Amino acid sequence: MNTNNSPSAHVHRDDEAQKMGMWFFLFTELLLFGGLFLVYSIYRFKNPDAFAHGAKELNVVLGAINTIVLLTSSLTAALSITAIQKGQKKLALGLVLFTIFCALIFLVNKYFEWGHKFEIGIYPGSDLLRAIPRGEALFFVLYYFMTGLHAIHVIVGAIILGFMARYIQTGLINSDYYVLLENGALYWHLVDLIWIFLFPLLYLIH
Amino acid sequence: MGENVQHLSFLQDNGGKKGILAWITTTDHKRIGLLYFYSLTVFFLMGVVLGILMRLELMNPGKDLVEPQTYNSLFTLHGVIMIFLFVIPGIPAVFGNIALPLLLGARDVAFPKLNLLSWYLYILGALMALSTLLFGNAPDTGWTFYAPYSVRTGTNVTMAVLAAFILGFSSILTGLNFIVTIHRMRAPGMTWFRMPLFSWALYATAWIQLLATPVVGITLLMIAVERMLGIGLFDPSLGGDPILYQHLFWIYSHPAVYIMILPGMGVISEMIPVFARRRIFGYKAIAYSSLAIAFIGYFVWGHHMFTSGMSGPARVIFSLLTFLVAVPSAIKVFNWVATLYGGSIDLKPPLLYALGFIFLFLIGGLTGLVNGALAADVHIHDTYFVVGHFHYVMFGGTGFAFFAALHYWFPKVYGKMYNVKHATRAFWVLFTGFNILYFPMLVVGMMGMPRRYYDYLPQFHIPNLISTFGSWIVVSGLIYMIVVLIQGYRKGTPAGKNPWGGLTLDWQTDSPPITENFVELPIVTEGPYEYK
Amino acid sequence: MEEHKSHIIDYLTQIKVWVALVIFTLITVATAEVDFAMLTVAVALTIASVKSILVLLYFMHLKFESRILNLFVIVVMLVFLAMIVFTFFDYIFRLSHGS
Repeated sequence: MNTNNSPSAHVHRDDEAQKMGMWFFLFTELLLFGGLFLVYSIYRFKNPDAFAHGAKELNVVLGAINTIVLLTSSLTAALSITAIQKGQKKLALGLVLFTIFCALIFLVNKYFEWGHKFEIGIYPGSDLLRAIPRGEALFFVLYYFMTGLHAIHVIVGAIILGFMARYIQTGLINSDYYVLLENGALYWHLVDLIWIFLFPLLYLIH
Repeated sequence: MGENVQHLSFLQDNGGKKGILAWITTTDHKRIGLLYFYSLTVFFLMGVVLGILMRLELMNPGKDLVEPQTYNSLFTLHGVIMIFLFVIPGIPAVFGNIALPLLLGARDVAFPKLNLLSWYLYILGALMALSTLLFGNAPDTGWTFYAPYSVRTGTNVTMAVLAAFILGFSSILTGLNFIVTIHRMRAPGMTWFRMPLFSWALYATAWIQLLATPVVGITLLMIAVERMLGIGLFDPSLGGDPILYQHLFWIYSHPAVYIMILPGMGVISEMIPVFARRRIFGYKAIAYSSLAIAFIGYFVWGHHMFTSGMSGPARVIFSLLTFLVAVPSAIKVFNWVATLYGGSIDLKPPLLYALGFIFLFLIGGLTGLVNGALAADVHIHDTYFVVGHFHYVMFGGTGFAFFAALHYWFPKVYGKMYNVKHATRAFWVLFTGFNILYFPMLVVGMMGMPRRYYDYLPQFHIPNLISTFGSWIVVSGLIYMIVVLIQGYRKGTPAGKNPWGGLTLDWQTDSPPITENFVELPIVTEGPYEYK
Repeated sequence: MEEHKSHIIDYLTQIKVWVALVIFTLITVATAEVDFAMLTVAVALTIASVKSILVLLYFMHLKFESRILNLFVIVVMLVFLAMIVFTFFDYIFRLSHGS
């Protein structure tokens, strides 16, 4: 009910419960991608050569750069928690903003990568994709689906981190109360975690 | 602790807001439970109407009432509404919300705002699902949305699968909320093994909601994308594998059966000791069997696919696991019966519904084993035997448990008692009608009548006629029950704190409870069913 | 609540973890060019698993969280693996025995 007339219910704050809730949410995210990984592994098992051939089309250098960008952003997200715990507000804010910056770099890279694929006619529903062998087409469909869903998570994560930056600024997140930042960072690490598997599965295994 | 604050019941306490606004912006778990209850009832009745129409069509061979295509939409929407809008959210969202914090001695769930968000997602998903009735052609794939038909049909499947996606999200958030609540908000002294068994059941359920729902979410999303972009994820003509769709669908939807039945079992475990005035027999066995059902139930999905072309070894493994999952279910039934044995049984409506549950679930469960046997399943797959089986489990099981919970907590929620004599009669009408409606389906299925057709061969006429007749009795029973409850709400006598003599914490506070549930948080010193 | 304040992980540890992660990334890119035949997938997934464990333990602080949370993460991973294994029970035998 309205917080004003609830004298006793909202007194205690349970950071542990908040964090637990976030972890459980991450579990659902993991299994959301888990379904995709399952589809990927079955289709790869059925079309090993086509998948290997498809993977060759992807740009390993761009993929590797994006991997390192995400790993770095994960580091700065983690460091921002240490900073806020130590009361270094400005440093924490800078680290969060840098994390968002990394997210943008990742998306720009992704934009060029996808853009190039579109130029040569590889996109869902394209004539080229209808013409090439079915297994290879499946690979590209999955490539777009998985990296697309991941990119949506990057965008959502960046927005969440944007709120975190704002809260650090306003002092809502401070050295005494930082579970929000922890949860925001947890979400960001999940994005990284998924990419750690997407990168070898899509770009490297050929 | 707010000595000067007047303690209003949650039904009166509008928190300074007016009218409907005080309800749709509430974060009180009991009010959210009631919001779910009212919306769920509306959808349930819509599902009933669709079911009745199907039974009317099937009363005689040949076309009686609707076109074949209309019939296809009828069974699809009946399934979608009943499964996604009634049975899956059913007990957790309504009675879990209302009772869980009360049973645990907490003031609310762990995340009250998230709880309200789940309800809004539920309503959004429901409106999207029902919009397919009005816009475009209603989906005709069955509630399972099997590929490749769901990819190719011109009906409004995209909207329906997106609706199921949203509803899944609502279900996930409810589950997440309950797990954290149970971990973090138990009253002082309430150890895990002093928890009422309903909380154990909700805990196991919540884990399935959390771990299974995302898989169907992504699968349905793939169907939607496949339809919109014309890509081949599951369509075999485009290189996809339709059996993989079935795997992904049942990876969620079989565990979802346990999302439906486990809370029902929890409700029954709650009532049996109260109305037998006896300590529950085998508390730990019942608690652990909930977890065992949740765990094993995650790995039996393949038994929906015995005739799909799945490999032989996979069929054997899934069949074996299916038989295994019956063990913890049977453990529960034995423990309930053992609790009743030698108790001083008070045959009030909640217990009647509970006993009805045990009887009907027994038939549903045992016919389930018939389906789970490889050789038998080849014969009865996709016949009315399966339809009869899952209605015994879903309606006879979850539905009756829902009614049991409704009759059990009604006096707690509204503070008034319904007419027990009439409620008892309503139960008997419903119970009789139920068996007349669904038992002939088992028979006619054995005879070989396939499901999901608007027509059938003349030799199946008599059982279908009996079944349709039974559907009218069921509807009469439902109307009777609803009238009795509405009368109870309007003119019932005050129920008092503890009309059934329960020992759990929900019965120690006012009826209806105050917004904060308890004036002082209780301290728990013993188990929930310590009848002397 | 009896909860202690969250453990503070110092900057240096996390930077070390990051260095390890980058090195693993370079290794996995390098080994992708080498042909291990059947083992190519296994090598790549093993490296990815090691990387993800590092992220989980240090960046996500799992090493310093309660035992029950660690247990949950393990259970969820196992459930996910089991889901894949059980689906493969179908496909492995279907392809080798099918026409």
